[in-house]
Amino acid sequence: MSDRCRSIDPDTETLTPRLRLPVAFATLVMALALAACQGAATTPAATSATPPAPEASAAPSAGGSSASPEARKLKVFGAFATAIEEPWDGVIHAALQAEKDAGRIDYQFTDSIGYSGDMERVLREVAEKDQPDVIFGDAFGNEEAVRRVAAEYPAIAFVFGSGGGPADPNFSVFDNWIHEPAYLAGVLAGGLTKSNVIGAVGGYPVPEVNRIVNAFTKGAQDVNPKVDVKVTFISSWFDPAAAKEAALAQVGAGADILFAERFGVIEAAVEKNVLAIGNMSDQKNLAPKNVVTSVTWNMDPTVKYVLDQVLAGAYTAQDLKDFSMVAKGGAALSEINKDVVGGVPQDLIDKVMAREAEIKAGTFRVDINEAQPAGSTVKGG
Amino acid sequence: MTFLVDLLAATLRNATPLVYGTVGETYAERSGVLNLGIEGTMYAGAFFGFAAAYASGSLLVGLGAALAVGLLAGALMGLLTVTLGANQHVSGIGLTIGLVGLSEFVNRLLFRGGELQRIEPFPLVEPPAFLGPLAPIFSQYALTYLAFLVLVPLAWWILRGTSFGLELRAVGENPEAADAAGISVARTRYLALMFGGALMGLGGAVFTLASLGSFTLDIIAGRGWVCIALVIFGRWRIGRGVIGALLFSAVYSLQLRLRILPGWGDVPFELLLALPYLVVILALAISGRNVAYPGAYLKPYRRT
Repeated sequence: MSDRCRSIDPDTETLTPRLRLPVAFATLVMALALAACQGAATTPAATSATPPAPEASAAPSAGGSSASPEARKLKVFGAFATAIEEPWDGVIHAALQAEKDAGRIDYQFTDSIGYSGDMERVLREVAEKDQPDVIFGDAFGNEEAVRRVAAEYPAIAFVFGSGGGPADPNFSVFDNWIHEPAYLAGVLAGGLTKSNVIGAVGGYPVPEVNRIVNAFTKGAQDVNPKVDVKVTFISSWFDPAAAKEAALAQVGAGADILFAERFGVIEAAVEKNVLAIGNMSDQKNLAPKNVVTSVTWNMDPTVKYVLDQVLAGAYTAQDLKDFSMVAKGGAALSEINKDVVGGVPQDLIDKVMAREAEIKAGTFRVDINEAQPAGSTVKGG
Repeated sequence: MTFLVDLLAATLRNATPLVYGTVGETYAERSGVLNLGIEGTMYAGAFFGFAAAYASGSLLVGLGAALAVGLLAGALMGLLTVTLGANQHVSGIGLTIGLVGLSEFVNRLLFRGGELQRIEPFPLVEPPAFLGPLAPIFSQYALTYLAFLVLVPLAWWILRGTSFGLELRAVGENPEAADAAGISVARTRYLALMFGGALMGLGGAVFTLASLGSFTLDIIAGRGWVCIALVIFGRWRIGRGVIGALLFSAVYSLQLRLRILPGWGDVPFELLLALPYLVVILALAISGRNVAYPGAYLKPYRRT
């Protein structure tokens, strides 16, 4: 190799004393930057993780017998792996924030904790120092760490979004079970499409996303057997530009209605003047002429139930799935927007509403299918 | 036919932010400074461009803010690597982390983690009717036209045909000789970093002000790093870098379209998603073995 290659490697040069200060300065900048990344972290950055003593954490008992007649203000902590701007954790945060704004709880949170070991540290610090009554959060990607900490602090109620089951005595799980409104959205999309091609853009093919997309597809196919649902995963939770491109590719392939599991898809619908269905929260405001409805998840019923149980001293570890479903108001199809381009026929709305009533009454059950959907529901090639 | 037209339109659209970033990075590197702050500079351009447009109600104000933030980021990189002579890798990565953190922090302060806010972005330029079935290819954002018809020729001409371009290249190849010839190495590198930074800021703003009309976290998603690779792919030439951006975008757009065709269900989509990166690596391996780096690449200059 020639000296040309040698000259590009700075690591082979020893640092001259003159360079040391600037390098130290650059490192300082980096350290400050890292600190800034912690954003709204509410926990002090202690470096030593104190070994927890289970018996020491018995202080204010969550399920204690001291439940006074007038409701005391519960101390609640939120521990989120992603930023609260991410829709999934955003839904949990919004429900807790609403309780705080109503003056019913003391609420603090740490977000953007990530998936590289900080979750356990944050939870231990909070459990030791703040000793909240309840910790809400999402355990996806941090499942083992969260369960380990929960087992060591049995006096604190741990309520986490999780793909696993509950663990006695204090670890409850929830998840976004919005496959029912997704099915209803599919019925609507299947009835609205004129090209018989529907697009759906998702993040990763994980069970939580697969069951929503599959229910949506099932709904569309139940009312329109000719329909082809094209599904694209962008392999990111947060890349609206990629989601938009994926949606534009689906429009290019004939799709005239798009299911926006991720941000970015609605922008494609606006640009191409086709219809879109929002996800997680009612996204009609983003594009009032294009968003026909949204598949929404609402954590209020879950949060309310858990807080009531803790206040009553009756909290137990359980699967809170039902509280994120249509029957208990945890999942819903938002109001159908008749002002979209092309309009929505009333008989189709009636059909969707009838199905929704059946789901609520328990006479119609939407199957849960968590298999990875293919790129196109049309087989062969 | 419509498939091809759609693909070409997507290629130009997807290449746009990469062209801004790649041209900007080429300027920095030709002056002898590897600017790994590109990812953060694009991020800050995307965020502050959106925030300014949201607050003022004017997209042009947003564009100006993105430009200004990029300029400042370039100047900060200059302070670290030119004035202080710090390690370029550390400075660049530090700058990226710092700018991403700053953008997310201000985003939290302004919007408090609430509902996604959207502004009406730049519209598509309507192509003339005589183009017939080819018209969709030219239905692009003004920023795309600006990139390909104004920026690329201009940036190429400045680097090739002006005395400033000659000075910039001289400083990047042999700063001692340039200094002896009366060229201010520091001033030239600062200018290159600030001009390049401004372009990176604009590249980021393409997402928030044209493509999406909203800011979400992680909006750049590694495209700044793609630009770093494209500069090397282009052997520090504007034209080759742009060809690289087009090649990457073409394969990227193609795989999005192949995945949803009937019968492609058996191909793991992750493989198709990796295709644009694999193609660029392959092209680099074939064509880039005898790459001539700028002579003063990564070296801080001190008069001795």
